[in-house]
Amino acid sequence: MKNWWKSGDPWIWLTASSVSVSLIVVVGLISLIAWRGLGHFWPASVMQATYTDERDGKSSTIIGEIRDDENVSAVRLRDSGVKVEGERVTRYLMKIGNRELFNLDFRWVLAQNLKEIQYPEKMTVIERREWGNFYGYVVSVKENDKVVSEGDAAWGELQTRLQRALKIFDEIRHLEKNEIGTINYGLEQLRLRKRHLELNHDTDPAKQAALVSEKTQYEAQYEQLRQQLSKLYEQINRDSFTMKVSDDRVVDLKIAKVVSVYRPNVLSSFEKISFYFHKAWTFVSDEPREANTEGGIFPAIFGTVMLVFIMSFIVTPFGVIAAVYLREYAKQGFLTRVIRIAVNNLAGVPAIVYGVFGLGFFVYFLGSNIDQLFYPEALPAPTFGTPGILWSALTLAILTVPVVIVSTEEGLSRIPSSIREGSLALGATKAETLWRTVLPMASPAMMTGLILAIARAAGEVAPLMLVGVVKLAPSLVLDGNAPFLHLERKFMHLGFHIYDVGFQSPNVEAARPLVYATSFLLVAVIVLLNLAAIGIRNHLREKYKALEN
Amino acid sequence: MNIQKSDHNSPVLSALNDPAIVRYRHWRMLKDKITRHAMTVGGISVIFAILLIFFYLLYVVFPLLVPASMQQSGQFVMPAGDAGKTLHIATEEKSQIAVRFTDQGRTIFFKTKDGSVIANHPLPLPTGVKITSFASSDASSRVVAFGLSDGKVLVVRHSYEITYPKDEAVITPRLEYPLGETPIVIDEKGNAVLQLALQIGEKANTLIAVTADHRLVIAGLIKQVSFIDESVTTEKTGGELALDPKDELSHLLLDKEQQTLYAVDSTGQLWHLDVADKTKPHVIEKLPVVEKGNKVTSLVFLASDISLLVGDNQGRITQWFPVRNKNNLMLLSKVREFHDQTAPITAIAVEERRKGFAAADNTGTVGIYHATAQRTLLVESVAKSSIAQLTMSPRADHMLAEDDKGQVHVMEVKNRHPEVSWASLWGKVWYESYPEPAYIWQSSSASNDFEPKFSLTPLAFGTFKAAFYAMLIAVPLSILGAVYTAYFMSSRMRRIVKPSIEVMEALPTVILGFLAGLWLAPVVELNLPGVFMLFLFMPLGTLTFAYVWKNLPESITYRVPEGWQAALLIPCILFCAWLAFFLSPHIEGWFFGGDMRHWLTHELGIGFDQRNALVVGIAMGLAVIPNIFSIAEDAIFSVPKHLTVGSLALGATPWQTMIRVVLLTASPGIFSALMIGMGRAVGETMIVLMATGNTPVLDFSIFQGLRTLSANIAVEMPESELHSTHYRVLFLAGFVLFMFTFFFNTLAEIIRQRLRRKYSSL
Repeated sequence: MKNWWKSGDPWIWLTASSVSVSLIVVVGLISLIAWRGLGHFWPASVMQATYTDERDGKSSTIIGEIRDDENVSAVRLRDSGVKVEGERVTRYLMKIGNRELFNLDFRWVLAQNLKEIQYPEKMTVIERREWGNFYGYVVSVKENDKVVSEGDAAWGELQTRLQRALKIFDEIRHLEKNEIGTINYGLEQLRLRKRHLELNHDTDPAKQAALVSEKTQYEAQYEQLRQQLSKLYEQINRDSFTMKVSDDRVVDLKIAKVVSVYRPNVLSSFEKISFYFHKAWTFVSDEPREANTEGGIFPAIFGTVMLVFIMSFIVTPFGVIAAVYLREYAKQGFLTRVIRIAVNNLAGVPAIVYGVFGLGFFVYFLGSNIDQLFYPEALPAPTFGTPGILWSALTLAILTVPVVIVSTEEGLSRIPSSIREGSLALGATKAETLWRTVLPMASPAMMTGLILAIARAAGEVAPLMLVGVVKLAPSLVLDGNAPFLHLERKFMHLGFHIYDVGFQSPNVEAARPLVYATSFLLVAVIVLLNLAAIGIRNHLREKYKALEN
Repeated sequence: MNIQKSDHNSPVLSALNDPAIVRYRHWRMLKDKITRHAMTVGGISVIFAILLIFFYLLYVVFPLLVPASMQQSGQFVMPAGDAGKTLHIATEEKSQIAVRFTDQGRTIFFKTKDGSVIANHPLPLPTGVKITSFASSDASSRVVAFGLSDGKVLVVRHSYEITYPKDEAVITPRLEYPLGETPIVIDEKGNAVLQLALQIGEKANTLIAVTADHRLVIAGLIKQVSFIDESVTTEKTGGELALDPKDELSHLLLDKEQQTLYAVDSTGQLWHLDVADKTKPHVIEKLPVVEKGNKVTSLVFLASDISLLVGDNQGRITQWFPVRNKNNLMLLSKVREFHDQTAPITAIAVEERRKGFAAADNTGTVGIYHATAQRTLLVESVAKSSIAQLTMSPRADHMLAEDDKGQVHVMEVKNRHPEVSWASLWGKVWYESYPEPAYIWQSSSASNDFEPKFSLTPLAFGTFKAAFYAMLIAVPLSILGAVYTAYFMSSRMRRIVKPSIEVMEALPTVILGFLAGLWLAPVVELNLPGVFMLFLFMPLGTLTFAYVWKNLPESITYRVPEGWQAALLIPCILFCAWLAFFLSPHIEGWFFGGDMRHWLTHELGIGFDQRNALVVGIAMGLAVIPNIFSIAEDAIFSVPKHLTVGSLALGATPWQTMIRVVLLTASPGIFSALMIGMGRAVGETMIVLMATGNTPVLDFSIFQGLRTLSANIAVEMPESELHSTHYRVLFLAGFVLFMFTFFFNTLAEIIRQRLRRKYSSL
């Protein structure tokens, strides 16, 4: 034993254990996110049971999905006035839905108080546009408040009528979002043009008349659309249905408000899988509902992608130029060394500092000057003098430009000087050598830098909170209205979505699975990007090893 | 050139001199030149843009350091000088028009530019009645009152209307009578009002007077608007207090809440009276506020009417406010003192919206001060003789002083950020209504009377607390891990392990923060003993496993090659973790009465936040591990092999080689890794934002929350008003973070470069 200690072997084992811990944590974290995030779309079975209330001891029927469980000390529960036996108890977090009836859609229940647990076949889950899920049994389907179908037939009738309502809903959404959105945008542009004329003291009657006629045109279009819409609304509001809930109440629901209906307890495995992928697809392709706690995250994905795209557009040329200057043109000496250290260290400056800089310099200084010069007609409402995607992209570009510079420089330095000298000896100018030989060879390094920059930018949230991200953007950065790309608009972002929904939302329990799913998406994208960067880097190293020999 | 001349006939060279080729060559040269210049300009401008961050932050912070300045912008003879002695001067919001009330009952509005009189109103006073006293209400209400020789009081408001005929602002001054044009009877007996104080509110009004027959008379007037016919009735309550003729109370001051009255008697004692009940005024305390033999020459409220400013005949100004004492009584305490003027203070003018004030003395000198920051911003001579009246414009950008020679001096004041000083940012400050000086960050509130509290100390403390706990978790794990990975691990395993730990570096911190706040925090709260046992079990479990492994028959141990210990330990660590969490509830039951959190709060008196420093430490530790690990591992791995081989050949064990040779050589690299990790932990925003309660408290406890500089910026920056002091202080916080991380990173980088050179020379 003593010799064993002397040999230092235990210490080596201890160092080994810290590697194991790190590995377990990495794998554990990613699996946790993946498990919780991906599990969100699986149709959970809905339970019905008799529950004895933990406070007043009354029994009632409870319906819901079990979402989570935990083992808590009974002392703590007794402290908060719960009647419970034993030392430790298991309790479940149940999603009971029906928020308008029970006020809460989540509830902690004690496992020991659940009796007569069953999973009824006819248990129906209604996913709604408002008020969250609804659990119960379909009683009847009504058309204009007259019952058209009852009992077992109601289920089929409900599904066919839902299909019709969904179709109408899509039409309404198209009209409201696209058609009317375009008209509103046009009207706003007219107002700005009119104000522009006023500011220039331009009283040309022809221009004024043109404005007026355009306006009447828009208004006529709008009137037509409005009529079309009201007709559609009438159609979609035709049908309703009734549901029986856990306390035997019968509740009337509008089909217009329903997203989907299903009976989770009778779904076959295959149906469950197809349901799973359908849900996953709506998650990435749909818009958020209910203060972002339900529905999809498409605008956030779109915003993140656009942000990263614009940022790459800015950061690549500038980063590469700076690196080429530092490595190929600048005289190597003390100054370049200082610059290199400074650039390297900027990568370690906290992101929030860049946010502060972006807000002060881009938004308040550059932005408000741009407004004064180019958008006086919109004032006092700011155009660029307010946080937006352009400023976010610029801020992130400054934040990530060191990454690109460092990576490109590394690539340039790995190119053997014999290659440059060969090119110069053959009579090529320095620019030609650079353009034809050096840069193509360094391109994988630039790619690595860019990918790392993108990975960092995609995950960075703190600076964006200051320079342009919002919890709910009314319109996308890219749309069908000229000039199509609206750089002054605010946008949604996956990372901020996680923060906002997870911490600012009024209904954290409901939002939690969604946050896990969003996190999983973000982690997957970023890990893939990083693995790609590592792969490219390794490939690159192999390539130049071959060149050097 | 020489070649061209000598081989003139060579076909190759003549082809080279073909005009088209020459042109092309020139074009190529031009392109080369253009590229060189473009690259230089581009490269330098990118580097410049990066440096811009530093200079822009500094540029925004700089105005905080600019001292206050004052410039005389006008001087003229007192307007309508024949209308009597000035009782009070005030200016309107834009400081274009000022008003002067005189002891002959005249109100003179004049332009501050040149002193030209705009209007000269007589007050509606009954004939034969003289003005015997004067008082002004809260500055923002613009109400003044005249005490009359017949025991009545006339209340007047000066107001200004801005109209825009022809797109230009025109200000029209007006006089209003909030309590009616007829003077109000305050003393039924009709004695002259010698001293007066008043407050005019929305509904409640209070007038307090000292009469010629030595009584303190209080009148509370409550306006009631009838619901039926909207007629106004005034309900009057009153009381009085007999005074000793020797008291000679003066400088009456009533606070905005109409609860407390202050006055000064002939011996220089400050009287502190409770007048909440208008019928029963009573003295709470009488205390000397000036040294024996000195006299109180000026008494005013600081903005929001909590603090008193007392000026004496030595040029000393002291600030007092009520502080709750041991017996739960609110008694006046002396909070701070300014003694930068030497002549008797004649007038104190208070800023309406900040805790600043200006004081004038009888040598014509004016000083500008800020109470909270305890700053004397400026002391300058304004007039050649004593200043009788001093007023500060509502925006605190102009001052008007009237000297006793009848000259009015108009001063333009530039004093943008008086509330910030080294002491107020980092030191303890005694804020209004606090029992003692404290470090507090509280930047804004809904109320206008709010005293901003810009102490960066609790935030800097929070930053280091979070970084400390993060490093506590990260340093052992990452350094030990780096040691093993670089030196003991088999190269096959290293190829998998290194990138997978480095992938964690790319994990967005918002996700770590979210997991910490919503998943880890409740788990830690539920399994508190388990978490602490985990830190104990893991090393113990490892050692046990190692011992058992050593004593296993060689037929088993030989199957696993050298350098795979980390893989073998994974099940062991998982088992330890499981055991810790399995035992956690039982430990809780045996030792902590079933609930450790409950036990902590009730038995030890330690507060417990769910989102606490422990959670932040774990989450941010995980974020920092890959940074430290990666750099430290590089440093250890690149220790020249001949050093270690030499050491082993001399008979040292691998561990001895590690400690005595490798670690020693690589120690600068490890140090630089720690610096970089520290820099990251200090600047991290999202994790602390999400995993702490963001309360700026000074508390070392691992179970309490905190607020860091970076989280503070993220929370408050979007709401701070552009170019306000708050905005600039937040920039200052950003600048501090920038400089701090930049310094540590540079240090780390220089050390690393040195190390690299050392290795290459070995």
